[in-house]
Parts: sequence; structure tokens; C-alpha cells
Amino acid sequence: MGSGTGIGRVRGLGSAKHGSMHWWRQRVTAVSNLLLATWFVISMFRLPSLSHEAVVQWIGSPLVAVPLVLLTISVFYHLRLGLQVVVEDYVHEEAGKVFFVLLLNFYAIGGAALAIFSILKIAFAGVSA
Amino acid sequence: MSRNPGRPLSPHLTIWRWGPHMLVSILHRATGVGMALAAGIGFVWWLVAAATGPEAYATFLAVATSWFGYLVAIGLTWAFFQHMFSGLRHFVLDIGAGYELKVNRTGSLLTMAGSLLVTFAIWAPILLRAASKGAQ
Repeated sequence: MGSGTGIGRVRGLGSAKHGSMHWWRQRVTAVSNLLLATWFVISMFRLPSLSHEAVVQWIGSPLVAVPLVLLTISVFYHLRLGLQVVVEDYVHEEAGKVFFVLLLNFYAIGGAALAIFSILKIAFAGVSA
Repeated sequence: MSRNPGRPLSPHLTIWRWGPHMLVSILHRATGVGMALAAGIGFVWWLVAAATGPEAYATFLAVATSWFGYLVAIGLTWAFFQHMFSGLRHFVLDIGAGYELKVNRTGSLLTMAGSLLVTFAIWAPILLRAASKGAQ
């Protein structure tokens, strides 16, 4: 820890370390969510049906698989940031806070990994209808 | 965290007179948490089922098109647009605009009116079509 300037003394302590980055990334992913989720909702309505065949064929196209992967990353990152604030606001004991943020990280990373792997499997390997 | 009970607490929900700006803030958080869990799990299930095969996808579709599935889908549609509109409101507030009492109040009410309107516009035709099909 520095002993000279004010910034040197607070660096590495709590929000002085990464508070603004958390806020900023919440906004960056909010903008990408807005674009990608709007595309996703419109695409869902334009699909001929929600049958297995139609969905697998749709995801197989590069111009669908890539935005779908990006949507997954954007949404799961955004929800991880958002729910972290909710946990920090309502869970007051330190142990509980650590437990729920850990659980949240597992959910966000595990969920996103499952979704991305499934998209890539459909796109690369295909699925027999 | 330990708190000195001798110190005063900052005023909370029960102290303030309710206004639309409070409701919209709470709704933003509630719809965010709701979508993070329900839509998150639904989205992953949909993709995993599609990648697994026709039988797994048929199971997903059977749950998604049951009355419970429709109920969740309608709720998520409203949550999505409520969160989106109030998120757009947050962008306006982030640039330092929209804090005047009347503008703030109108903006808050607009997010709620908008989300209900869009949800109705999306689901009324779908449900009407399903109902007319059921009557035949």
C-alpha cells in the first residue's frame, strides 16, 4: 500500500479497486443485451415453427450461431453482475455473501458454458432430426 | 455485519410516500432476478434439448406449451419488456437527465404502461388463435 498520495492509500481497498468497472460493464452488457435480445425476440417470431427441425436448422447458420453465442455471453455476464449487487444488498453476513456469490458464479459460468456448447454442437456437428 | 443499535437507520420503504419511481426501481430488480433464473434456465434447457435430439426436445416443448409453460412465458414477456424499458430509462438517468419530478414520474409510468401494452399486443393474438383452434 502506498503512503503518499490519496489514490495510493485507497488502491486495492474495496470499491476503489473495481467499483466503477462493475458499473461500467453492467452498462456495456446492457447495450449489447438490448441489441442482441431484440434480434433474438424478432427472430423467434420469424421462425416458421418452434419444431426441433426448424430450430436446429436455424441455429446451424453462422449468422445465427455467432450472435446467439454473443447473446449468451452478454446476458449471463449481465445477470452475474446484477445478481451480485442483489446478494450484496440483502445478504448481510460475510459467510452467506461469499456462498451466494460463489453459487452465482457457478450458475452464470455453468449455464453459459452449457448453452454455448449446445449452440456449437448444433452448428459444427449437426443434430439428426 | 455488526451495527450499533444506538445509531439511526437511513429511512427505508415504510417511511417514504410511495411513487411510481419507487415501484419501477423495485420492478427493475424483481424482473431482473426473475429473468436471470427462469429465462436463464429455460434458455439453457431449450438449447441443450435441441443439441441432444428430438426426444429431449419433445420433452422441452411439452412443458413449454403446457398451461404452466404459457403462464411462465407470458410472465417472462412482461418481465423482459419491463426490464428493457426501465433499463432504457436508466440510460437517460445515467447521462444526468430526467430527474425533474414530473419528467421522472412520467418516465416511470411510461415503462410500466409500455411493458403491459407490448405484452398484451404479443399474447392476445396468440391466445385468441389458440382459443379459436380449441373451439373447433
